[in-house]
Amino acid sequence: MSSVAVTAQTAGKGAAKAAARRRERGSRASRAASRRPGWVVYTLLGIALLISAFPLYFTLVLGSSDPVAIAQSPLPQWLPDSSLFQQFATVVESSQINFWRALLNSVVIAVTVSASVVLFSTLAGYSFAKLRFRGRGPLLVFVIATMAVPTQLGVIPLYILMSEIGWTGKVQAVVVPGLVAAFGVFWMTQYLSEALPFELVEAARVDGASMIRTFWSVAMPAARPAAAMLGLFTFVQQWTSFFWPSIVLSQNNPTLPLVVRSLQATYFVDHSLVMGGIFLVTLPLLMVFVFVGRQLVAGIMAGAVKG
Amino acid sequence: MAVLSPTQPAPARGRPPGRAPRRVGFSQRLGRWDVKLSPYLYISPFFVLFAVTGLFPLVYTAFVSVHQWNLLGGQGEFVGLQNYADVLDQPIFWRSLVNTVSIFVLSSVPQVLLAITIAALLDQNLRAATFWRMGVLVPYIVAPVAVSMIFGRMFADQYGLVNGLIGIVGIDPVGWHSDRLASHVAIATIVNYRWTGYNALIFLAAMQAVPRELYEAAVIDGAGRVRQFFSVTVPQIRATIIFVVITSTIGGLQIFDEVRMYDAAGLGGPSKNWMTTVLYLYDVAWGNQKNFGRAAAVAWILFVLIIAIGMINFLLTRRISTSGPSTPKVGRRHTRALLERARAAGSATTTPPAAGPAPGAGAPPSGGARAGAARAGTTPEEDR
Repeated sequence: MSSVAVTAQTAGKGAAKAAARRRERGSRASRAASRRPGWVVYTLLGIALLISAFPLYFTLVLGSSDPVAIAQSPLPQWLPDSSLFQQFATVVESSQINFWRALLNSVVIAVTVSASVVLFSTLAGYSFAKLRFRGRGPLLVFVIATMAVPTQLGVIPLYILMSEIGWTGKVQAVVVPGLVAAFGVFWMTQYLSEALPFELVEAARVDGASMIRTFWSVAMPAARPAAAMLGLFTFVQQWTSFFWPSIVLSQNNPTLPLVVRSLQATYFVDHSLVMGGIFLVTLPLLMVFVFVGRQLVAGIMAGAVKG
Repeated sequence: MAVLSPTQPAPARGRPPGRAPRRVGFSQRLGRWDVKLSPYLYISPFFVLFAVTGLFPLVYTAFVSVHQWNLLGGQGEFVGLQNYADVLDQPIFWRSLVNTVSIFVLSSVPQVLLAITIAALLDQNLRAATFWRMGVLVPYIVAPVAVSMIFGRMFADQYGLVNGLIGIVGIDPVGWHSDRLASHVAIATIVNYRWTGYNALIFLAAMQAVPRELYEAAVIDGAGRVRQFFSVTVPQIRATIIFVVITSTIGGLQIFDEVRMYDAAGLGGPSKNWMTTVLYLYDVAWGNQKNFGRAAAVAWILFVLIIAIGMINFLLTRRISTSGPSTPKVGRRHTRALLERARAAGSATTTPPAAGPAPGAGAPPSGGARAGAARAGTTPEEDR
């Protein structure tokens, strides 16, 4: 990691990439020399994969089974069938569930929060990593310290605050507390201090770019890979978040995880309907995962891990 | 490391000192203000928003906790520590605390072991490596509430899938929703399902950073695969294990989604068998009691507990990661993560990270002692 940074500072970004690629190829060649794993490894991994996928399969099967059959057998049938779509239709059309409203809210919240976290984190991260100002050290330590603080425990005053300004039940009550994240600032600071050479910033300044122009035209493009990962993880986190939305939002104006809750409250005897609804709620992110799963894996392995 | 060192050249220094301009034009003055103020401007959105939505609520929780305060009635009179006394007097509070710790232990220990195993499997020279990695990450994108409901069905007491399966082997049905320990096992399974693959990828990244020479040396010494794993891999990724344990502690003590959705009522079962502390907080504030004062007291007790456990965790693991006869070099990122934990915990005893090349985790338990010895001209050989 550090050698990349050194190369990047002396020979520019392309050279750093090329060096990293060369090294990668070298290590891959040396690993290819060690033999490929046998069938035992693949079998064990296959089992792990089956366990990962099983609950989703289970949801599909139960979603297409008869409620009476579910109450009498652990796995009423082996394969999902077309009655699944009937459950989907019921969930989507139900007046108590507000499915489309929830989908819209989830999209709005996840997109707004991700965009805001990425923008503000990149701004602050650029400032911490590449600009010099009084109080920089202590402020950065403060940011890092807040990462270990369980802010989730501040829900009571947050709720009082939201009801004071009349935001309870409204989407902005979920959006606004999520707009910034200490982890994001820390992550972008780390990335930019290694990926953005000082020379590049200086060159832009010499060419007469203002501070904000330098940020926008030099720092932003350099930050893109890390920003994309941060955005992805924030998106998943917001999409699956439940605790605070369940407190501040109501069933009339829910997010998708709250739909799961109202499914259980409304139809808890009708297991097939509940299971069909759960799958429907999971489906959007599952489809996104097909396209961005690779980046998520890379992000976790690069350390985009929220503590 | 470079993040924290203030010794880097400033990118936008004005002009060299000693050559002050004779007449400062408006645009120049504007430019200087631009340089001076921009850094603060860029970090201010974070600090302002965090102060309002993160820090203020946390501090204000303490204020709420010493007042009589209801969901509907609002702020009442000052009652001192009465709310704390009330909470500590409640058997359900203690029950919830025991439940939380029990579920946490049942989820974290098997999870770390399983994640390391999966990471070791993924660390082979696999065909279609990305496919397998994505495969183990699928549970992460399913919302915890959904996972919890699916597993709640699989762990149903009657005609549940799990009871059906263990019935085939000849084991009597387990009361996953009636027995206390069994319900904890089931909920821990829900947590494990979502996070094992995620942690496996973190371990995988650490394993790939292990120098391959070590394995070659081990092979020359005649170590088999298993021996290599325990004598090379595990010691090398120790720092990552510590990191995962610490982060899962902070998360594990705040578990809510999984227990809330484990049954239809969502309040920890008839005898509060699986009510956790955060669920208890929720119940006190928005359930039957609607007592914000008391709930705020619960929040603060839990807050102090999490910080305390985090600090104990840190001190313990720091000892583990710095002792041993020949401590291997630990990835710099993890050293850094640990240093930050130290700062976060408010301890100022760690060595400053800006002091030249990182000594890795080979730093002695008492950094000052070694530094002193070195300054006195003696080589600190005595700890070998």
